Amino acid sequence: MSAICFYFQVHQPFRLRPYRFFDVGRSHNYFDEDMNSSIIKKVAEKCYLPANELLYDLLTHYKGDFKVSFSISGTALDQFEKYAPEVLASFQKLVDTSHVELLAETYAHSLASVASKKEFRTQVRQHVKKIYSTFGQHPKVFRNTELIYNDAIAHQVAEMGFKGMLTEGADRVLAYKSPNYVYRAHPASDFGVLLKNYKLSDDIAFRFSDQSWSQWPLSVDKYIQWLNRLPKQHQVVNLFMDYETFGEHQWADSGIFRFLQELPAHVFSSSDYAFIHPSEALESFEPIDILSVPETISWADEARDLSAWLGNNLQKDAFDSLYKLRKKIRKCDDQEILRDWQYLQASDHFYYMSTKDFADGQVHKYFSPYPSPYLAFINYMNVLSDFEIRLSRHLQTRARSIKHNQLIKKLIRDERLSTEKVPVKIREVI
Amino acid sequence: MFGWEFPPHISGGLGTACYGIVTGLLQQGVQVTFVVPKLYGGENRKAFRLVSASDVLVNTAVPVTQKWSERLQYIEAHSPLAPYAMLDPEETGHTEVKEMEQLTIADDKSRLKRFRMTGKYGNELMQEVHKYAVVASGIAGTYEYDVIHAHDWLTFPAGIAAKEASGKPFVAHIHATEYDRSGENVNQAVFDLEKEGMERADHIIAVSEYTRQIVIDKYGISPEKVSVVHNGITTKGTDSTRLSKGVQEKVVTFMGRITYQKGPEYFVRAARKVLDVVPDVRFVMAGGGDKMDAMIDLVAELKMSSRFHFTGFLNGPEVDEMYAISDVFVMPSVSEPFGIAPLEAIQANVPVIISKQSGVSEVLKNAIKVDFWDVDALADAIAALLQYNSLSGLFKENGKSDLKELNWKKSASGIEEVYQKLKSYVPEISQ
Repeated sequence: MSAICFYFQVHQPFRLRPYRFFDVGRSHNYFDEDMNSSIIKKVAEKCYLPANELLYDLLTHYKGDFKVSFSISGTALDQFEKYAPEVLASFQKLVDTSHVELLAETYAHSLASVASKKEFRTQVRQHVKKIYSTFGQHPKVFRNTELIYNDAIAHQVAEMGFKGMLTEGADRVLAYKSPNYVYRAHPASDFGVLLKNYKLSDDIAFRFSDQSWSQWPLSVDKYIQWLNRLPKQHQVVNLFMDYETFGEHQWADSGIFRFLQELPAHVFSSSDYAFIHPSEALESFEPIDILSVPETISWADEARDLSAWLGNNLQKDAFDSLYKLRKKIRKCDDQEILRDWQYLQASDHFYYMSTKDFADGQVHKYFSPYPSPYLAFINYMNVLSDFEIRLSRHLQTRARSIKHNQLIKKLIRDERLSTEKVPVKIREVI
Repeated sequence: MFGWEFPPHISGGLGTACYGIVTGLLQQGVQVTFVVPKLYGGENRKAFRLVSASDVLVNTAVPVTQKWSERLQYIEAHSPLAPYAMLDPEETGHTEVKEMEQLTIADDKSRLKRFRMTGKYGNELMQEVHKYAVVASGIAGTYEYDVIHAHDWLTFPAGIAAKEASGKPFVAHIHATEYDRSGENVNQAVFDLEKEGMERADHIIAVSEYTRQIVIDKYGISPEKVSVVHNGITTKGTDSTRLSKGVQEKVVTFMGRITYQKGPEYFVRAARKVLDVVPDVRFVMAGGGDKMDAMIDLVAELKMSSRFHFTGFLNGPEVDEMYAISDVFVMPSVSEPFGIAPLEAIQANVPVIISKQSGVSEVLKNAIKVDFWDVDALADAIAALLQYNSLSGLFKENGKSDLKELNWKKSASGIEEVYQKLKSYVPEISQ
């Protein structure tokens, strides 16, 4: 029997406010409260709240036969707490049905996996902690930012104790293999890999409301037919997508909610498919092959690589300037600085600096709050300059106070020693 | 006097210079009527007449005006709508297409018209330049004056038209030429207007010897027809409330339009060389322009984005703030007819490095001068000013004395000398 694995990504970055060079060294407010709160509220209304309600009804109605999985970034959770607590509550209600599996990622949806092993591990740990404290679930499966993946990252994630990981079913790694099987990471181990079926995923996520698409409009029946056409021996069809697909990328009037609502019933009545969680899939299916991915892949753009975030010199220089600070950060104990360090790492900041043209560029523009990648870059670098100054100042003060404390301790000890010695001397004199 | 802009509605140094010249001439007792394409309100006017050409009713039946109207019609039919590339994007694209108002007075055959202009640098710049000339031919007969004085190519057709209408001598004032703005890739239409203006002028005033040579060499003007009058600088009350710097490191500043003419690339390349030896310094490129994105790319390519900053376009108070936090000011212009920014920097106590290819280098003794293309020399000079406080201190102190020599009153007396000479020629010229 084959299964469908639904996985939804929920992420929102802390977008930066217009931050000028004259603010550097003077203002440490980096984030655009108004913009962030209004975006969260807008997306909550269009997507998170109605989609959660719909899923809640489906999950409770099918009592565990229908199931979905999520990964929710730490920056999204922080913003729900701050700007839309009702969204957080509705996700908690969803998870409490016990038919939702939560996956781990980096706290800030960062590119740490390609920057620094230590940083990567720290951020995954922070996210796991956040998920546990918010939902009481301990993630077993990992999904990296934008499904970024290579053999080295898989190896590191395996070392952290995860069972497996999600990534893109990119043509250039699969060649003629199918994404609808569980694979083992290279070099061979128990660590499993689930691959996004990008064709069937993107039919929903990208093409659903595209009237120029030959298959528009997409009905549930048609979609089930496509699923039924797949060979019976296929194990798992991985449908991975942004959760914002429902109501935000594809508007409600496109019928996307009705599609989601009707899908489970049709799957049960007209196909042999079951629904499955990523951890179950990894447990119940025998991996068919070893998947070797020496070069990094992702689910972004046509290229399916890192070029959306690290494709040009602006992005590379900003990225290097950011991660150059990681050693200093390890000595820092200021909670606000550490929080901003997380938020500044969100991959979105680099995405906004992309200078790609044509189709991909359009997607980049849709998501960017900046009129041009150059302005995105200037703004980010101004903020980062201030952050660097702030971090250095903090470390200097900290070093000074440590020295100061040591000095005081020494003085006290010396004084105690001398007062202890005095009576001795007196006795000697006596 | 014909000018394209007047403070506070300015896009560059031209409006500031016109303001300085007018102020200086008034101090000399010269009466001035200043014509701009359009008044926005809020212009600094004192004791002189400021005329908005858009508001003037022009009788198009007068022969000279008729001639210029025909030329305008020709231009309107044949000029492509294209923005003038050398000006800031912030300053262009504002052209509002306004209909020409036409008033026909019943019993008279004369046709009175108003020519509306934006006075910006938009797509219809060429058309506006010629509309302005039509109006100038009309204005020429309205006011009392002895000399016509026009500033830069935008107003040269107006100067010529006014001369034709009145027979009064015409002075062309060159603040910048197409060679400065575009290097060898000159805009032919602009070049032609410049050359026509210079040839038809009775005398030419260049803002520097450097510019005078360009006028002679590139435009083929006879040397005795060209005088040099250096610009002045308006003294500002020195602001003692210096803002505390946000950054601790020393700041090296480039300020101005980020265009080919200003040599931004040499500044970027020199910054890389300086950072290799002096890591604790920040570079700032302040301003906007068509080369900004390319400069950002170059800075990123040279991997110094965390030490090299861009501010975008700055407003007046921000310009002052930028000077206040600067430790070295660099003007690496490829070709700079004069260059008022370094003088402002000196006024703000900032030592300056300027390119030899600038008019201001003729009058500044206390500045380091390098060839714009000599990135190594520029880097050496920046490093020296950063590291040797005695050197930068000396420049700061002595730079001020250079400034004392430069004021608009002095410039105005140079201009008045030219006027006096022309007045005595008048009978000959008007024949």
